Amino acid sequence: MRVAGKGLIDRNTSLSFRFDGSTYRGFAGDTLASALLANDVRMVGRSFKYHRPRGILTAGSEEPNALVTVGKGGATDPNVRATVQEVYEGLEARPQNAWPSLGFDLLSVNDLAAPFLGAGFYYKTFMWPRAFWEKVYEPAIRRAAGLGALGPVKDEDHYEKAYAFCDLLVIGAGPAGLMAALVAAKSGAQVILADEDSLMGGRLNAETLEVDGKPGSLWVAETIKALSAMENVRLMTRTTVTGAYDGGTFGALERVGHHVPDMPKGGVKETFWRIVVKRSVLAAGAIERHIAFQNNDRPGIMGAGAVRAYLNRWGVAPGKAVTVFANNDDAHRTALDMVDAGVHVAAVIDSRADAKALGDYRVIAGAMVSGSSGRKRLEAVSVQTGAGVENIMTDCLAVSGGWNPTVHMTCHMNGRPTWNADIASFVPTPGSIPGMEVAGACNGAFSTAACLSEGAAAAKASLKAMGMTIADVALPSAEDTPYAVSPLWAVPGKGRAWLDFQNDVSVKDVKQAAVENFTSVEHMKRYTTQGMATDQGKNSNVTALALLADATGRGIPETGTTTFRPPFSPVALAALGAGAQGAGFAPERKTTSHRASVGMGAPMIAVGLWYRPSYFPTAGETTWRQSCDREVGYVRKAVGVCDVSTLGKIDIQGPDAAKLLDFVYTNMFSTLKENRVRYGLMLREDGFVMDDGTTARLGPNHYVMTTTTAAAGQVMRHLEFVTQALHPEWDVRIMSVTEQWAQFAVAGPKARDLLNGLLDETLDVEAWPFMACGPVSVQGVQGRLFRISFSGEHAYELAVPSRYGDAMFRQLLAQAEAMDGGAYGMEALNVLRIEKGFITHSEIHGRISAQDIGMGRMLSQKKDFIGKTMAHRPGFLAEGREQLVGMKPVGAVKQLTAGAHIYSDGEEPVRAHDQGYVTSVAFSPTFGHYLGLGFVQNGLSRHGEVLNMVDHLRGIQTRVELCDPVFFDPEGGRTRG
Amino acid sequence: MRLRCPICGERDVREFYYQGAAVMLERPAPDAGEAAWDDYLHLRENQPGDFEELWSHDAGCGAWLKVVRNTATHEVKSADLAAGGKG
Repeated sequence: MRVAGKGLIDRNTSLSFRFDGSTYRGFAGDTLASALLANDVRMVGRSFKYHRPRGILTAGSEEPNALVTVGKGGATDPNVRATVQEVYEGLEARPQNAWPSLGFDLLSVNDLAAPFLGAGFYYKTFMWPRAFWEKVYEPAIRRAAGLGALGPVKDEDHYEKAYAFCDLLVIGAGPAGLMAALVAAKSGAQVILADEDSLMGGRLNAETLEVDGKPGSLWVAETIKALSAMENVRLMTRTTVTGAYDGGTFGALERVGHHVPDMPKGGVKETFWRIVVKRSVLAAGAIERHIAFQNNDRPGIMGAGAVRAYLNRWGVAPGKAVTVFANNDDAHRTALDMVDAGVHVAAVIDSRADAKALGDYRVIAGAMVSGSSGRKRLEAVSVQTGAGVENIMTDCLAVSGGWNPTVHMTCHMNGRPTWNADIASFVPTPGSIPGMEVAGACNGAFSTAACLSEGAAAAKASLKAMGMTIADVALPSAEDTPYAVSPLWAVPGKGRAWLDFQNDVSVKDVKQAAVENFTSVEHMKRYTTQGMATDQGKNSNVTALALLADATGRGIPETGTTTFRPPFSPVALAALGAGAQGAGFAPERKTTSHRASVGMGAPMIAVGLWYRPSYFPTAGETTWRQSCDREVGYVRKAVGVCDVSTLGKIDIQGPDAAKLLDFVYTNMFSTLKENRVRYGLMLREDGFVMDDGTTARLGPNHYVMTTTTAAAGQVMRHLEFVTQALHPEWDVRIMSVTEQWAQFAVAGPKARDLLNGLLDETLDVEAWPFMACGPVSVQGVQGRLFRISFSGEHAYELAVPSRYGDAMFRQLLAQAEAMDGGAYGMEALNVLRIEKGFITHSEIHGRISAQDIGMGRMLSQKKDFIGKTMAHRPGFLAEGREQLVGMKPVGAVKQLTAGAHIYSDGEEPVRAHDQGYVTSVAFSPTFGHYLGLGFVQNGLSRHGEVLNMVDHLRGIQTRVELCDPVFFDPEGGRTRG
Repeated sequence: MRLRCPICGERDVREFYYQGAAVMLERPAPDAGEAAWDDYLHLRENQPGDFEELWSHDAGCGAWLKVVRNTATHEVKSADLAAGGKG
């Protein structure tokens, strides 16, 4: 019911919206909750467990009952709090957790069975038979439980991430926050003021209190106007600061598009902010707590402060005959405001014997509400007085058990709040968040004057800590009424009195937990699910732990609170993952031959951040194997070209360059002659193999190292560590030049012929033996040539500055094709290296020693190197080490699979009998069958043995013969020829 | 968490790579014996409180930093170049 002349809504802008299939009207400035109350809609949802009818309880983000689903199709948002959702033209909202309808819900039979469904019911009931756990109990429970559901279609909404920096972040824009922001802003600090509401002002918009001799909401409007005119201030409405993190970092969720009708395509729904600050002020306010009594959850029973907010901010009276039930003076304001607005106040029931009326309404002092009646909405309450029970007809009961400071954020870094008996609640412990001051109601200061002065003081303390000059800002006048409260947690009596409205936890459940020895507050929480709903116990936790303290005979401070963790209110994963859907913002590294490769129809595969061609299909080929076999043939019979630019290239220069290489490689590089290349093995300090690759000596003090594609970053970091931290005295500089050089393998019997047709000077056979390197001129471009081979063929790698890469690749390709060769991709490269027994990180996977891969002889005895000491640890030399072997199929089944395990004949293929495993396999067109590499116990001395390869996942068993890992040209004649 | 790189200034922790205890700076001699090497590679006190550790400014300048951080509060007491006075 609207009340004339009240509220901060725009009565000239009428809006149409739908809820639960019906069309209603509201005003601009309404939330869905206020508009529903104005339309006399009371029941908005059903509870989680018993499916009891529930109405709107609060007027803020702490709302546990009024959760709705907003939107349609791919733009559906479940679990939206009606108290936060702003009404716009065409808003479409549906209730949740009710089937088939809100009015008639089949699962409300749970409520009749409630005597059997109390705390621990699941744990006690669904114990046996064990076979029922996953197949029967869990699916049934999951169907019954759960809140709103996500749509089955792709989320069409857009989310963003953003970053902000400031001197002072003020969290909450009530009187304390506004005052803090004003003082800091006038002192010249860079200020961000964030508030979760669409309208700043906090309780000043919900009360009839005056500030500076004018209505509070007017003072708010003027202050916001002054702040928004200042360049050093950023005002962020609809922005919930969700968490406090190390180093002055805060997370914040801005609801950008939830109130926008007809969202444009690509319009942003939410932005997740990361805000880095020097100091912060928490002015998060307080949340009113309920009092538990029998059937205290009926629609129409609300928070006293919320009832006041609906009247003063939205011009809505949530009932025709309002009753107040409280234990404090503050709630009497609800009665005063209602009387002023002409709404009938049936009575104020105050549990304090000395309570007096503060205006023209009836007070029943020393009494308590002991029950309620009405079917889907409140009709009457029963009041227990000294004289007996009185029934009062009422359609709205405004309840206040006092206010709980919103301490949550101060606990995000392990802080624990302190019990304050004066306000019967917890307050933040100073210093809980480094650099954070706490002000106003969230610090237990409840009067407007106290909020304003604490806000100013918090700003001053922050400015002082930052060494800034403090501007003189006058403190406005305001009421300073003392907060008078006498604790009342639950009304004694029979029946179910509810604490956690969303999870249906009652006073009895908490007591039951205590009886069953779940006396720790954390155990009670998990046993009863108290505080585990989406409101995270904001409405009920303090009451629940007070009752637990009572049931266990301890004080409240000793009982303590559960741990408050981020986020303060729910954050959609879509917002946290903004920019990571699909390809997202992941960088893509592309080689200079990328365009040409894609143009040839090559499927590109991701290798780390790089993209490399898998194979190059030609007309008539229907499978990748056909292309791969053909490409292998190019290299074995003619010439193939492959982009190998993704391998890490590190330029190493300086008088101590050789010293560095000797130290990071197991073998010697100081002895390497100029214009020669050497294969090197690199260990971690614990003796395991880190990486391998070739390093070329270009000059007396100049080397260029290649790493594997996978380990390029790791090796660079490793070299930085050695040169910066272990040997800063060495005169050597290192630089990654991976991006600077486009490098192509030219491999095959015709490789030299191809290059001779391309280079400005013909290659001198004597000057270019295997493992030679040096500068070359390619049509006037200065390049580098390395005679190295990863295929076992006569091969070179030609490097040119990257800007020539695209042209170079196309020209190499044209030459190769003219010689019956062509491009080869990753698949063929892999086949070629397996045929030759060359290792990759499939083999050197981090648990492998040099000896395991047959490279023990590369561990130099003449020098120290990283990993040397540990490379000789006894474990590496022990009998039974798994060593690198080759494998080929010898039985009826010919297939080998990577990841399969090796077992001896006649032994069960189970873990206890495991002899080793397969790391790499390929079908070799050269040999006409599969080849495999892998590790087998004592494998080096078992060549010729026949064992069983078992792939349990794919159900494949193959007889394999162990052999030397070098299948192809073991003498190396082709490579050197 | 944020670290102040002596070269780049204060940066978000996501720019850095974490290595572990700064004891890795004190590499024993090759012949220091099994116990010294075991200690160097594997044995850590793991006490709550101030801890010297190594970070690499991977997504920045590539500098290796020796950071003193309180493992209980995440307070960063200092961040210096790992080269220290040796460089």
